[in-house]
Amino acid sequence: MAVTGKEYEKMAQKASPASPMVKNFLMAYLTGGLICTFGEGLFTLYSYFGASEKDARTAVSVTLIFITAFLTGIGVFDKIARFAGAGTIVPITGFANSVASPALEFQSEGRIMGTGVQMFSIAGPVIVYGTAAAVVYGLIVWIFRLY
Amino acid sequence: MAERTGKYTLSFPSKPTIAGSAAVVGKKEGEGPLGKEFDKIYTDSTAGECSWEKAESAIQREAIIRALAKSDTAASQVDAVIAGDLLNQCIGTTFGLREMNIPFTGVYGACSTMALSLLMGSVMVDGGAADTCVCATSSHFCSAERQFRYPLEYGGQRPPAAQWTVTGAGAAVLKKAKGKVRITKGIIGRIQDLGVRDTNNMGAAMAPAACATITDFLNDTSTCPEDYDMILTGDLGSVGSKLLRELMVKESGVDISSVHRDCGVMIFDPSKQDVNAGGSGCGCSGAVVCSYIMRLLREGEIKSVLFVGTGALMSPTSSKQGESIPGIAHGVLLSVD
Repeated sequence: MAVTGKEYEKMAQKASPASPMVKNFLMAYLTGGLICTFGEGLFTLYSYFGASEKDARTAVSVTLIFITAFLTGIGVFDKIARFAGAGTIVPITGFANSVASPALEFQSEGRIMGTGVQMFSIAGPVIVYGTAAAVVYGLIVWIFRLY
Repeated sequence: MAERTGKYTLSFPSKPTIAGSAAVVGKKEGEGPLGKEFDKIYTDSTAGECSWEKAESAIQREAIIRALAKSDTAASQVDAVIAGDLLNQCIGTTFGLREMNIPFTGVYGACSTMALSLLMGSVMVDGGAADTCVCATSSHFCSAERQFRYPLEYGGQRPPAAQWTVTGAGAAVLKKAKGKVRITKGIIGRIQDLGVRDTNNMGAAMAPAACATITDFLNDTSTCPEDYDMILTGDLGSVGSKLLRELMVKESGVDISSVHRDCGVMIFDPSKQDVNAGGSGCGCSGAVVCSYIMRLLREGEIKSVLFVGTGALMSPTSSKQGESIPGIAHGVLLSVD
């Protein structure tokens, strides 16, 4: 073809509509903020019933994970996430959904080769590199005696 | 026997007839602008099966059974079925055809499979290797998503250039006997790759292949776009269609915009159906050609359609390894006698 790869890249960029950034940012800000506010509400509630700060924070995470997994199971979460974008992906809800959705999807391949193998196919890298980053962080803290 | 016209185009002197065709689709496609054209609309996307792969097999089988019935052909009369789909090892097709007991040959042309199977079927019928051939293909949104992208319930956003895999199947019965709608020419496409790597922009990856095939065909046959009632591409979507029209002008100075249509643009209403750049998948052009386009030809509303199926020849492995997406486009000329 006479058109080169470079020229075509420009043509393709021009022809492809850009993501609606302002709308996406706004939705992420609103929904992400809403989830965090809800989490704070839960924290206050659990604290009110006598949980220690550490227990209350853990209970908030567990509650949000449960709600996400439930909404994923009944097929609602992905519809919310299409509009919320980073608002639902960044908080713990995104992580919970990324584990629950392949676990459900790959049931047809069985409990071991399906759900078991695929469950962390999306969340796996987050765990691997999250752990690796934590090790590096720990080393820095240890070397510079920051603790 | 097929003859070469120019460098790439094949002419079929016996003009194989499309004796009957059928298209079945899922609920979303049924709600689209072409909803009333389809033979059957599944309101349940599982088609009553326990896996998405089985569902795809079921809809492809249904399309074939309906196409055979509409052309008054028994399965035992079919000399060969030429079919394929998007799933690994073409299991959508093989498991769908398992019980049909018809000589089978699988083809893979990604989303260009409908055009490819019609082309191969024409070569066989025209060459005397078969009197009756069935050409079919299918795709299913859910089986494609889990193989190529994310689990269905994963909460992510699609970029605006992304396309929506059509749940649907198309089947056509080709016969040697004379009939109304015939395949007079065909062209085997050349793989084109201009370096597009974005798997969310398949239209851009496939447009160069469509451009090459249409240009070759027009050159070989010494015709211009206006000689056809329609130049129909498979699933370039809105982004790929725009790029194809621009490329055609840049490459050969030919403007196809007055006759160009795209199945991916036609099958959904992007303003209402949240499909971004349009439909894609083997079932997209399969369902549109085997229903709406065939009706227009049969009823004489249009007389000639250059149908160019477009496919992106990547796999999840090649994409992860950073390869660009090679495109392919095969063409068949559907004419009314």
